[in-house]
Amino acid sequence: MTDTTAPGKAGINWSKLLEGYGIVIVVVVMALALALIKPEVFLTPQNLTNILKQNASLALLALGMYVVIVTAGIDLSVGSIMALGMVALAIASKAGVPWPVVLLIGPAIGLAVGWINGIGLTVLKLPHPFIMTLGTLNVARGLTYLISNGAPVSGLQPEVRYLGQAYYDFGLFPPPAGLPASLIVVAVCAVALWFFLERTNMGRHIFAIGGNPHAARVSGINVDRTLVVVYMISGFFAGLSGLLLAGRTDSGFPNAGLGIELDAIAAVIIGGASFFGGRGTVIGVLAGVLIMGILRNGLNITNVSAFWQQILIGLVIIVAVYIDVLRRRAGTRR
Amino acid sequence: MAAPLLEARGISKFFGAITALRDVNFHVGHGEVLGVVGDNGAGKSTLMKILSGLFRPSEGELIFNGQPVSFSSPKDAQRLGIEMVYQDFALAGNMPIYENIYLGREPGTRFGPLTIVDHKLARQMAADHLDRLHIHVKSVDQNTEDLSGGQRQAVAIARATAFDGKLVIMDEPTAALAIKEVGKVLDLVKSLKDHGVAVIIISHRMDDIFYCCDRVMALYQGTNFAEAELSRTSRNEVIGWIMGTKGNTMTLAHDNMH
Repeated sequence: MTDTTAPGKAGINWSKLLEGYGIVIVVVVMALALALIKPEVFLTPQNLTNILKQNASLALLALGMYVVIVTAGIDLSVGSIMALGMVALAIASKAGVPWPVVLLIGPAIGLAVGWINGIGLTVLKLPHPFIMTLGTLNVARGLTYLISNGAPVSGLQPEVRYLGQAYYDFGLFPPPAGLPASLIVVAVCAVALWFFLERTNMGRHIFAIGGNPHAARVSGINVDRTLVVVYMISGFFAGLSGLLLAGRTDSGFPNAGLGIELDAIAAVIIGGASFFGGRGTVIGVLAGVLIMGILRNGLNITNVSAFWQQILIGLVIIVAVYIDVLRRRAGTRR
Repeated sequence: MAAPLLEARGISKFFGAITALRDVNFHVGHGEVLGVVGDNGAGKSTLMKILSGLFRPSEGELIFNGQPVSFSSPKDAQRLGIEMVYQDFALAGNMPIYENIYLGREPGTRFGPLTIVDHKLARQMAADHLDRLHIHVKSVDQNTEDLSGGQRQAVAIARATAFDGKLVIMDEPTAALAIKEVGKVLDLVKSLKDHGVAVIIISHRMDDIFYCCDRVMALYQGTNFAEAELSRTSRNEVIGWIMGTKGNTMTLAHDNMH
């Protein structure tokens, strides 16, 4: 007869647990190693606050990229969307637009560009999302330079800066340390995304599309509509990350996030999502972001050259995916 | 005689200058297992895609339980209980058995355009349904990519019958299976018949047709060619139909090989 007990109910399924959350252990080990090497710097509240703040924008970009990669797609435009949102909201803020409206500008631009990406993929039927989003990468970046004349825009309303800049020290930490508001934004987004992907029918359809688009289609799933939503989610998170970055830097600078889409892809892949779709976890993505963040921070505080950082991150991508290949090979030999 | 479950009258289908089907008539009764044979390009797949709502016929009409119907998508056909099982099973390998069975029709609570999926209920429903069909799997949480071909076919059939299916159309159900699994799948087809579900089997394999069908019909170059109750025909005659010859009782070359 069929066994209806879910794994984990009858007893803890260690191999499955390790497969899903092994990446978290890597983060902990890295943090412990740095804590041992440079305890006087790494473990300070300021430094930890900094790591979280600096990586909040990347975390949002990676969460959006993750949804796209689950469908076996790719979104190259997220860095440009972030910059466009950031500059547009900075200009609006300086022009005296009421701050509640300014807060919406980034996400709204993200949704709009995401919608255009989705339409290009499903209605224009461009052969691969790489092409459509490569186009919008350039268009959005060009628009960013156009509206800003290529110059940074600084001086934002305090309410607009809040999410990117504020932190709560609870009277425990000496300033400037504490729980950053941007971390709460990331946490809320991550939990909402997890719930959407795991518990709603559309979330499950996104995984089905990544696993077998033909199966999704014949199951009556509106694949095109779902894909448009996927690219809008990615755009939305990119626009929101623009808001956080604008707040943290108190400006909109048109060169923001050049090439950051590749960091977002790297974080998703390091976090264990399959580039061919259908596989991955939200926790893994956040761990991937932290691995990159802690690595950069660790190399900074140990005075390793920034050039080495790039070399190491490249190696981490290769090693992370190779471990995944090995694990899968072991899995099929059972 | 009661009205057939599904009937097609005078079906033609043109793709540009190509005629895939010309004036084809077709019917399948309640709980009947019908074999459809024909050479490559005879129009079998086109006819099945029309019956399952994937294509619209250029001419002709479909009658379901005595009522004329027209399908603009597979969803319309599914609503009436007409389901298709694809040759490649059309399963998402990265997802567990129970999610594949209810993919696109997840049980749960609706909130506007979204449904909050009740995974626990879906697991239970899937396990019960598989039990009813006497399909044995280790766990409904297994991903379908970890299953054998026969088990995948069984899951695909379970999906097709999960929602009060009345007619299951199977495209080459045994083509992708290991030989030892063919029997199990054909027995499953027979058990669907016992549950009152009609089945259409497209197959090249005479063994499949003669093991579980009640009736066999042959298409040839997009037209009706011949049909008969299984008890009134023979393998060689049906093979002759596929090649476009009637009344073939001669022993064929491959019969003399043994």
